[in-house]
Amino acid sequence: MTAPPTLRLARADLDALLDAVRADGWTVLGPTVREEAIVYDRVDRAADLPAGWTDVQAPGRYRLERRADEALFGYAVGPHSWKRALHPADVRLWRASRTADGFAVDDAPPAAERTAFLGVRACELAAIAIQDRVLLDGPYPDPIYRARREATLLIAVQCGTAGGTCFCASMNTGPGVTGGADLTLTELLEPAHAFVVEVGSPRGAAIVARLASPPPPATEPERAAAGAVVARTAASMGRTLDDPARVPAALQETYDHPRWDDVAQRCLTCANCTMVCPTCFCTQVSDTTDLTGDHAERWRRWDSCFTLEFTHVHGGSVRQTARSRYRQWLTHKLSTWHDQFGTSGCVGCGRCITWCPVGIDITEEVRALLAPAAPAPGGAQ
Amino acid sequence: MSERRKPRLAVWKFASCDGCQLSLLDCEDELLEVAGAVEIAHFLEASSATAEGPYDVSLVEGSITTPHDARRILEVRAVSKVLVTIGACATAGGVQALRNGRDVDEFLRLVYARPDWIDALATSTPIAAHVKVDHELRGCPVNKHQLLGVLSALLAGRSPAVPRESVCMECKRRGTVCVMVARGTPCLGPVTHAGCGALCPGYTRGCYGCFGPMETPNTSSMAQALRAHGQAPDAIARAFRSFNAGAAPFAQEADAHDPS
Repeated sequence: MTAPPTLRLARADLDALLDAVRADGWTVLGPTVREEAIVYDRVDRAADLPAGWTDVQAPGRYRLERRADEALFGYAVGPHSWKRALHPADVRLWRASRTADGFAVDDAPPAAERTAFLGVRACELAAIAIQDRVLLDGPYPDPIYRARREATLLIAVQCGTAGGTCFCASMNTGPGVTGGADLTLTELLEPAHAFVVEVGSPRGAAIVARLASPPPPATEPERAAAGAVVARTAASMGRTLDDPARVPAALQETYDHPRWDDVAQRCLTCANCTMVCPTCFCTQVSDTTDLTGDHAERWRRWDSCFTLEFTHVHGGSVRQTARSRYRQWLTHKLSTWHDQFGTSGCVGCGRCITWCPVGIDITEEVRALLAPAAPAPGGAQ
Repeated sequence: MSERRKPRLAVWKFASCDGCQLSLLDCEDELLEVAGAVEIAHFLEASSATAEGPYDVSLVEGSITTPHDARRILEVRAVSKVLVTIGACATAGGVQALRNGRDVDEFLRLVYARPDWIDALATSTPIAAHVKVDHELRGCPVNKHQLLGVLSALLAGRSPAVPRESVCMECKRRGTVCVMVARGTPCLGPVTHAGCGALCPGYTRGCYGCFGPMETPNTSSMAQALRAHGQAPDAIARAFRSFNAGAAPFAQEADAHDPS
């Protein structure tokens, strides 16, 4: 028996769905309020979700505010991305111990726990697809990412609220989910608080099949309401990347643009943008030994193209200036990523704008870089 | 494998509060391992028994503030194979570098009953201003894990890895929510050298800059952001004038906001 493709789940039955997910052997990570933000952490009950909270975002600014309703997913995206779970910030690659006649290496990858991501946004599905391409395609797939990715169940939620720094609509990555999730929820707040559930995979169907009282099919008005939620969100994006089809090639003509000097005046080279970016994947590798010299470990950790060490070669670092580092990051994200991986490296989630301490806005920088040339000196203005 | 001679470790104190040396004694779990791996030949904070140099590794705490110490650091350098400065005093002159550029004679008259007994330099300067330094560990105090990491690296004959990136990278790796963006709390993390593990933001406090300037600190943009977060110019000047007041990027930014 196959589950009907689109179902209706009452708000009161969400705990039953979470129970079914757990009963299928998944630990659930999802949105929860911590440290004045909506972060991804362990979620056991619907009561752990950020009911009635939303996030108000602007360049360099994020604030939680109460909503007038009890929406569970009535926010955009927070400081965390699923990258934390799939491509961890710190991971041991191997360890070795001295033995009587040499040394023994333990490089068994740690077992990946079966983990369900609850509340995955369309932009985040796009980001996971990009990381899949970077870290799994090609001759050397990353075993750590692969193990975690294969042990992941994706429960998406279509966005009912666009953030002030969101621009997924112009990147064509959201706010509607077009595939890639095991289950996709759309939250309806009226006439009754409920979810429209689309089953996207056999694993998703297995979860639904575990529900003691099977949810009824969604009615046509409910399905229309879910579509309207997405359309309304798409129409209220806080930001836009202008003319995205033109951006990759056009940026190639900007390498000497004075705007890079302008942004370098503001850029802190602190690397926050790369840390919060759901597609940035760069890592560094370092070795440690203990005091006895009998044990050694090799660790991999998130790195950033904003550090000097990142381009350190014999003789020094290649990208000495903030100008060259910001330019590298932006042009890689929006232009050369296409050459390297066949897609944009940006999904329009807006995290780099919100979590930049000085509020540098990638959409604004692109607008300035690609604007028609300023009037010649002596002209009006 | 034949038993090699244990490397000889010395710990030296100049103008400082002893807090960084205490970080070594604070390595309770690892202290026996340290004692097993090296011969602690000179460490007055731990033992009054001392052994003559030369020393394989010298850890130097404190800044140079007297003519006597300016001579003594030359002697320490001469008997040390590898010299590692530990803490904000040794690496940037410490909080006592606040006197740099001020009237030190007036301070002496105000503070001491017999200022003529005091023989102090007009400045507090980092060790690297006097002798060649092989490795620097920042912080007020230093981070004990970094300290053990440097000792372990030196014992293994490899170069210690001490990242010069921002505190923000440590914050983000540990998953801490940015206190500046999410709460509007002024924070020096973006211009501050990593190494503490983002200790203060982890307790929802802004970074105080104990580890001094990161590799490429854009302090003027940072100051503008602090302004936007409601900090008055004198507060911005004070923020840059703490444990690392003598570090050039912080000193220059502080001066730019000093109304006096």
